[in-house]
Amino acid sequence: MTATQRETARLPAGQTEPGQDRRSLLGRRRDGDRRTGRAVAVATAVLVIAVLAGVAIGPAELPLSQVLGALATHLPWHPHPAVSALDTAIVWQIRLPRVILGVLVGSMLAGGGAAYQGIFRNPLADPYLLGAAAGAGLGATIVIVSGGNMALTPPAAFAGAAGAVTLTYLLGARTGRGSGTAAGSNSTASILLAGVAVAALLTAFQTYLQQQHTQTLAYVYAWILGGLSAATWSDIWLILPYVAVAAITLLAHRRLLDVLQVGEEEATSLGVNVTRLRLTLVVAATLGVAAAVSVSGLIGFVGIIVPHAIRLMAGPSYRLLLPVSMIGGAAFLVLADVVARTAQAPAEVPIGVITALIGAPFFLFVLCSRRARQDLS
Amino acid sequence: MISFENLTVRYGDTVALDGVTGRVADGEWLGVIGPNGAGKTTLLSAIAGLLPSAGDISICGDRAAVLSRRQLARLIAYVPQRPVLPPGMTVSDYVLLGRTAHIGYLRTETATDRRVCQEVIGQLDLRAMARRKLGTMSGGELQRVVLARALAQEAPVLLLDEPTSALDLGRRMEALELVDEVRRERALTVVSAIHDLTLAGQFADRLMLVVAAHIVTAGPAAEVLRDDLLTAHFGPGVQVMMTDTGEIAVISRRLARLRAPR
Repeated sequence: MTATQRETARLPAGQTEPGQDRRSLLGRRRDGDRRTGRAVAVATAVLVIAVLAGVAIGPAELPLSQVLGALATHLPWHPHPAVSALDTAIVWQIRLPRVILGVLVGSMLAGGGAAYQGIFRNPLADPYLLGAAAGAGLGATIVIVSGGNMALTPPAAFAGAAGAVTLTYLLGARTGRGSGTAAGSNSTASILLAGVAVAALLTAFQTYLQQQHTQTLAYVYAWILGGLSAATWSDIWLILPYVAVAAITLLAHRRLLDVLQVGEEEATSLGVNVTRLRLTLVVAATLGVAAAVSVSGLIGFVGIIVPHAIRLMAGPSYRLLLPVSMIGGAAFLVLADVVARTAQAPAEVPIGVITALIGAPFFLFVLCSRRARQDLS
Repeated sequence: MISFENLTVRYGDTVALDGVTGRVADGEWLGVIGPNGAGKTTLLSAIAGLLPSAGDISICGDRAAVLSRRQLARLIAYVPQRPVLPPGMTVSDYVLLGRTAHIGYLRTETATDRRVCQEVIGQLDLRAMARRKLGTMSGGELQRVVLARALAQEAPVLLLDEPTSALDLGRRMEALELVDEVRRERALTVVSAIHDLTLAGQFADRLMLVVAAHIVTAGPAAEVLRDDLLTAHFGPGVQVMMTDTGEIAVISRRLARLRAPR
């Protein structure tokens, strides 16, 4: 009998189930889908609140009515509220780009972190695992210390991040090849180790360059700390295509990320080309993360804490985890930015400090909750 | 039917399978026995296409080398010795993974996939546990869950690597009886590596003795479970006995007592 005949042949069915059980079990998946829908709706509501807070709150104390009026001025067939040009500019040219960039960067850092955790089945994975941060840092530092056009910093950081991950992947996959199975189970560990080595090497170059040019030390340091304070609409248009491609690709593969959770060998035996799937996911996550860090610098903590918090609250399935992490990461970064620019206004606290200050206690709270104890036991 | 010819697998300089040839008939249960490190797991992994190998493997009339991962997964369901069981995953979600090769690449499962899973869950008596997390289940329960995932693949061939190694004697019997039941109901071809020679003789239609990367012999239990063969390859402490009911039992004996004067 050929494979095709076998594939189409119906095997004898199992014993017939009573109708009641059939309905309840078939409904189980629909329950899961409904659960995902509910979680996405809740996360989206939080994101909407975060975005409104991000636009409404700032050093220039605009009343909410003015903010909404200013927002309305760019809508088609808008009412004509009495809003000054200055207020409109504050909302449209300062706050809104910053908030939208926060949404894009937060979603990519959290989505990239969740994807890396799934691809490598490693809870400590974050978006910078394969050297993206070190590469971006080196790229940005080269532009800053060379005194070149600062507009080149984002492309240089993007190239550095993408280049570092490419180098890591090529070295890791090459080292792992031939030493393991057809499924390449050894190459995952090799890629992770190559990531550690590449990151260390690029960070060494970056630190050397930084120390050799003390006159630009403050600029480099500020870039490395990361932030959204310099956000413009052009930044948004610059990274939007990469973010869109990354988000769509990652979300489309969320069911297959669940299959990867049984390990490479078993995922292969279930019919998945693990090498190709892993490469697709790494490329997508890296595009998104590289685009994000190219305009925001190296904001830490979001990529590891958000997916874990969501996982502890909503379970480990990537069908739910990935979309909710993206939305939650966006909301989290926008809120952290609101705190970063208002806590010591007019001065700004580095956003990485805020993401850790808010994120760590929240994460510990979730970790200690009853639900989490059940999940981890 | 499964057949393999001149199958060779190397791990670096080590030859794990050295040009072995064999076949398994449709609906047959072949038990692969042999000492540790003989190549039993390697043979199963190579048939499942999980190891780079030289030689020809044919599954149900198709050369395995030309089949895609997805096509192969529709023909062979493979259960490793120590399956990865994500502790937070529910039984029903885990069983659904078995449908991967039937679901379009970027698509989600259909009503048919859900129905197949539900039937398997019912058949293996897992209905009451469908929503439980794998991390909360016992070894015997997990064995059934893993078998359920393999059956959800609806593949005509089932490869089981030491399916009972983590179970107590009672659960071992239960697990193998279950495999026997489902393979008869579904007309499955089963290849399993089994350490326990008594159980291997009781359940498999035919045994294949693998030693040091070679197949020593293959045939019915009575031909393979012989004192001379087993002591030659497992050591002098192994003894074959016949029970009252005519079944072959392989027992171990203390060497010191064998040597002691009677």
